[in-house]
Amino acid sequence: MATTRSRKFLLPAAALSVSLLALAGCGSEGSDSAGGSGDADCAAYESYGTFEDAEVSVYSTIVDVEAELLENSWTDFSECTGIEVAYEGSKEFETQIGVRAQGGTAPDLAIFPQPGLLADQAPNLKPAPQAVSDLVDKNWSADWKKYGTVDGTFYAAPMLANVKGYVWYVPATFEEKGWEVPTTWDEMTALTEKIADEDEMKPWCAGFESGEATGWPGTDWVEDAVLREHGPEVYDQWVTHEIPFNDPKIVDSFDRVGEILKEDKNVNGGFGDVRSILSTPFAEAGQPVLDGQCAMHHQASFQAANWPEGTNVAEDGDVWAFMTPPIDASQGTAITGGGELIGAYDDRPEVQALQAYLASAEFANARVSQGGAISANKGLDPEVATSDLDRQSIELLQDPETVFRFDGSDLMPGAVGANSFWSGIVNWLNGSSTEEVTQTVEDSWPAS
Amino acid sequence: MEDIAEKGLQVVVGLAVFAAIIGLIMLLVDRAPKSGREKIQIAGFLAPALVLLAVGLVFPALQTSYLSLTDRNGDFVGLDNFVWMFTQPEALVTLRNTVIWVVLVPLLASSIGLAYAVFIDRARGEKALKALVFMPMAISFVGAGVIWRFVYAYKGPEQDQIGLLNQILVWFGQEPKQFLLDAPENTLFLIAVMIWIQTGFAMVVLSAAIKGIPTEIVEAARLDGASAWQQFTNVTIPTIRGSLIVVVTTITIGTLKVFDIVRTMTAGQYETSVVANEMYTQAFRAGEPGRGAALALVLFLMVLPVVVYNARLLRKQKEIR
Repeated sequence: MATTRSRKFLLPAAALSVSLLALAGCGSEGSDSAGGSGDADCAAYESYGTFEDAEVSVYSTIVDVEAELLENSWTDFSECTGIEVAYEGSKEFETQIGVRAQGGTAPDLAIFPQPGLLADQAPNLKPAPQAVSDLVDKNWSADWKKYGTVDGTFYAAPMLANVKGYVWYVPATFEEKGWEVPTTWDEMTALTEKIADEDEMKPWCAGFESGEATGWPGTDWVEDAVLREHGPEVYDQWVTHEIPFNDPKIVDSFDRVGEILKEDKNVNGGFGDVRSILSTPFAEAGQPVLDGQCAMHHQASFQAANWPEGTNVAEDGDVWAFMTPPIDASQGTAITGGGELIGAYDDRPEVQALQAYLASAEFANARVSQGGAISANKGLDPEVATSDLDRQSIELLQDPETVFRFDGSDLMPGAVGANSFWSGIVNWLNGSSTEEVTQTVEDSWPAS
Repeated sequence: MEDIAEKGLQVVVGLAVFAAIIGLIMLLVDRAPKSGREKIQIAGFLAPALVLLAVGLVFPALQTSYLSLTDRNGDFVGLDNFVWMFTQPEALVTLRNTVIWVVLVPLLASSIGLAYAVFIDRARGEKALKALVFMPMAISFVGAGVIWRFVYAYKGPEQDQIGLLNQILVWFGQEPKQFLLDAPENTLFLIAVMIWIQTGFAMVVLSAAIKGIPTEIVEAARLDGASAWQQFTNVTIPTIRGSLIVVVTTITIGTLKVFDIVRTMTAGQYETSVVANEMYTQAFRAGEPGRGAALALVLFLMVLPVVVYNARLLRKQKEIR
């Protein structure tokens, strides 16, 4: 499983929460809407019923500040229904959840960061109750419901989400140079060429260094390209190995990314040649965008937390982001991202009540209004988001026209998604051809 | 707080149970019938150690052996994992690198250590000179990996260099180099780190051995008119042979198992992986415990002859004395 990778997101995500909390404290609106203490209006929670001496244990990867924010979002629920929530977050979740399930000490509810992990645990899980299933039908798109479904049985409601594929840029620089934010992939490559020709800065900055997980930001690039170039069907076939990893279509998408990343003239502002992408830590790679050494940087929404303190992330601020554009604009928007799924190991009524609450729009609003998180829940009001970027991401996720696909490498078997795909990207940037690399990854796909 | 108290209690109870069992065994062994008492005593005292050895070593070894014959779903696949290891290009690179490591590190670390020990023997400031080379031994492999990653760090030609070696290259008017990215020489750059650490160990042990050479022999050789080189090859080397072999085999075993340096510096990317690193990657990241176990087994088989040789040599030396 891509455990290391999901952990990579925790730190920036946690940092983001802190900074947003600080922002909220600075007197902007929204600080009073944080769910929590005081007299709760219990009318909203009547439908869940009331319990006495009921406790539900919840286990997840979410720790530190993020965990506090998460716990805040169910205090009212606890108070009104009488259900105590015993929350436990652990960075060892991915390995420990299996150990605990086998050892008979499984939590009542577990929040899975990857569909693959959920599928592994499906034999131990209870199918979601009808109420949760109905809520998910109401609040999420069919794509999302599919990630919580294993072999035709629906187990887990989605909770929070993140959006990948943002391209970060400095609006002032774009305005000054007369560059337009591209609306198609071709416009993006044309802009790349233009900036490279002007030779004042490199068009792109990239950094794929991430310790033993080096290479994963590159998988995001390729996934974005596959989804936009060939559509969700091919993407699904690729991820589930119905077509080989080195299918000509995929090779095509690799080369499409390669046109940008594998050219010295396009990268790597402030760091060196193409291969310096491999030795540049992903969290630092965006910095030259602010320093005017490169124009664009491709990274997920959590990049907002990687900018230096005090950077104003806004459409008219220091830095802003556009979504990696579609290849054919008439096909609508397609985005990749990640998210969490809530599976249940027990079906006591109180467990099901909490499960239903976590799938509700009330929960999504309570959590998102505290900042540092978004959700694809349709009942979520984008206005409660604490930053412009979060608001934009929520709108993208909620838009019925948006095609959403879960991060591909998280869905592939660990041997590929957390290993050979990463090292494939490394070798690819280090000089191997697309054919060689995709063939090697294909060979590493587990037979069963 | 409650948790700690509970855990503390568990520890105390565990220790008490252990003491009770040992006491019981001693009591029973002591009360054994006269005939064959010795045998019973031996069995009684050996049994706990043997049981622990079986639980902690033999059983896991057998389990690993079995695991190496299964695939990721735990199904029996015969020798598939070994076939994979000796046919897949990436896996072969791993084996090739391990061989390079095992040949170069003991050889270079021991010879540099030996040369250094000979040269500074009875030199002025010997202690300080020794400390200088011995110091890297005090740094963990991970720490050394991190330090050397900075030494090799790369920035583009137009940027300020932060890596020592690249800065030196730039001073001499050269282009900076991606030391860790260019196969196959990047393996050599990693090996340099291991040598940097192990030379100190070789130097200290060999220096002690040189100091242990009886002065009569050295004087006799000098009176016979032996040159410095002749003294070295005909007197020093044969006398310290035992120590030399211990040093070489110890470093060899350490090198076969090298993991931390590769993991921290390249994580086995860019064709620098070695068996121990690949074992971890396959078992814990790729979710292929069978392949990991197969690699562990091969590593074990590679270390085994060195260990056996080392143990036999030590026993022989004891007999001589």
